[in-house]
Amino acid sequence: MTNQIKQKKVDPAVLLTALIILCVYVGVFIAEQVISPNSMLFTVLKKGATYALVAVSMNLLNGFTGIFSLGQAGFMLIGAYTYAIFTIPVEHRASVYQYFNGGVIQFTLPWFVAMILAGLVAAFFAWLIGLPVLRLKSDYLAIATLGFAEIIRAILQWNQLGPVTNGSNMLRLFPNFNSFNITNAEGKVTVYLSTFVPFLIAGICIALIVLLLHSGYGRAFKSIRDDEIAAEAMGVNLAHHKQLAFCISSFFAGVGGAMLAMYQTTVQAKSFTTAMTYEILLIVVIGGIGSVTGSVLSSFLFVACSEWWLRFLDNEQFIGDFQVPLLRNGFRLVVFSVIIMIVVLFFRRGIMGTRELPDLLRRRRKEAGIK
Amino acid sequence: MSEVRQRPHTKMVTYPSNAVIPERDLGKNPVLECSHLGIEFGGLKAVEDFNLVLGRTEIAGLIGPNGAGKTTIFNLLTKVYQPTHGSVLIDGLDTHGMTTVDVSKAGVARTFQNIRLFGNMSVEDNVRIGLHNQIKYDMFTGIFRLPRYFTKEKQQHEKAMELLDIFGMSSLADVKAGSLPYGAQRRLEIVRALATNPKLLLLDEPAAGMNPHETQELMDNILRIRDTFQISVMLIEHDMNLVMGICEGICVLNFGRVIAKGTPEEIQSNPVVIEAYLGKKKEGGQ
Ligand SMILES: Nc1ncnc2c1ncn2[C@@H]1O[C@H](COP(=O)(O)OP(=O)(O)OP(=O)(O)O)[C@@H](O)[C@H]1O
Ligand SMILES: [Mg+2]
Repeated sequence: MTNQIKQKKVDPAVLLTALIILCVYVGVFIAEQVISPNSMLFTVLKKGATYALVAVSMNLLNGFTGIFSLGQAGFMLIGAYTYAIFTIPVEHRASVYQYFNGGVIQFTLPWFVAMILAGLVAAFFAWLIGLPVLRLKSDYLAIATLGFAEIIRAILQWNQLGPVTNGSNMLRLFPNFNSFNITNAEGKVTVYLSTFVPFLIAGICIALIVLLLHSGYGRAFKSIRDDEIAAEAMGVNLAHHKQLAFCISSFFAGVGGAMLAMYQTTVQAKSFTTAMTYEILLIVVIGGIGSVTGSVLSSFLFVACSEWWLRFLDNEQFIGDFQVPLLRNGFRLVVFSVIIMIVVLFFRRGIMGTRELPDLLRRRRKEAGIK
Repeated sequence: MSEVRQRPHTKMVTYPSNAVIPERDLGKNPVLECSHLGIEFGGLKAVEDFNLVLGRTEIAGLIGPNGAGKTTIFNLLTKVYQPTHGSVLIDGLDTHGMTTVDVSKAGVARTFQNIRLFGNMSVEDNVRIGLHNQIKYDMFTGIFRLPRYFTKEKQQHEKAMELLDIFGMSSLADVKAGSLPYGAQRRLEIVRALATNPKLLLLDEPAAGMNPHETQELMDNILRIRDTFQISVMLIEHDMNLVMGICEGICVLNFGRVIAKGTPEEIQSNPVVIEAYLGKKKEGGQ
């Protein structure tokens, strides 16, 4: 019996998943070279990739560790500002910080260094908040993080910090997604990468989260989610693991914030509202609390609906001479809200429940096998 | 059908003051020493002046009517509650100020009266959580899949399977714990507790909801666990066949106080116990 230890072979469903993901990346790369860069498709893909990362980071906390945080917008804000402040080229600082004599920071970091720094600063703030709050009951974290997000938004707009944060003025002219395009000597784009690179960044970050979830640490997180008391009795240090999950989640929210800054090309603190956190929360719920695949899919669906597919509802439409009723500015939001209400009411477990892509592929094959 | 092992007669001897432990455990430190242990919940004395010494390989029973304070004692031993009075020594180590995790590391593992498995995780992963402080690696190793990750994961897998085999559950390794039948869930809780490598195993009503056949098997397994791992087991149980069948020392609790202590034979013939507990049960039940 004992020397009959099962040698775990590589799961074909996992291989198939890897293949599908590879195809998506190849598809994005090709699409970017052949379709006009102004297509709505790329707006959706860029913002979708950004939201996917933030949603997965939120799911790591809410879905896998079972602690509820509402600070995502706050950590994104920290990430976006950190990234923007350290990457604005020195020659542009005078114009960006026009009310603050060009600001105090007179150096520039490479974009990826600034992006990692964005995550680290966000994680540091999470650590500070977590220190007192995570020892209390779970509910306090939601309140504390919600408050934190509001406070940090106010602080960053504070005029006294202007030489660093530019006060309530916009930060701009930092490298954005278009900076990833490769141009020739005349400034003409030869290879488009402005969608591919954000996909790559989000993909790598999400992969790191998935690897973490499938290690002993991920198991400990899930045990806390399923039963705190039992986890503690088995020797799982609750405060330590919650702090870890919270800091990691915030790190990736910070990186996501940096990506959002790149997507928007400008950053202003006042746009990182609580409503943004609720948007992310909604994405997580629609995708399935406890499913990384669900969060990713629902990010793209959500962004596509809100930015693209439902746009026509905002414009007056004519079929022949007949004006379609109800279609006017703002109607999109009404339809959008109704769709979300239906999903939340009737598909409580979201698109994926707690399943992941490989689970779906496995199930398919099993059913086929039975037939 | 496997033959049910009968409890060999244990000679109980007095240990320092008036505590009684099995003779074979005399040379070694007792695994548990409670003295004057007590807790109050807003004036209600749920447990009062609880004294107990457990031998290293003793199987002890904690019985008493509903609400007597049995589960509360387990919660005190595992620091779910901090005692308001008295002290607990585990293997000679004073647990004053310790947390639940500290006590787990010191060698106390438990199961729960109302099953508390990690319902959304697989059977194997439940056991692996128990192994979590035994076989571990750092986060960097985990995320970047360094060689150590694979060796440690393999060790965890093998150990988990070995433990599941005690109850013949290794074929269920990939099943979601929450979807197991009731009896299997109780057994899995014991396996998970064993995975923490305890010196003292606390079982809170392990036979609740089991049929007589399953209970017989459980008795056999508890004895086997004690013999193979050489640990002490303390169990709370209402099933008197189980308690009288395998426990060497029994402690009877009523309204938070110990009303009797002794061997199964002594307890069965103790008039105070019969009145407070067994007598009452006979009236109500069979
Ligand atoms: N956290 C608490 N706060 C207040 N009272 C409590 C608490 N925990 C237990 N008690 C009380 O302590 C007493 C003992 O409860 P306990 O759960 O230990 O009983 P038990 O002997 O395990 O009973 P059962 O056989 O029903 O499991 C009960 O009166 C209960 O109401
Ligand atoms: Mg009880």
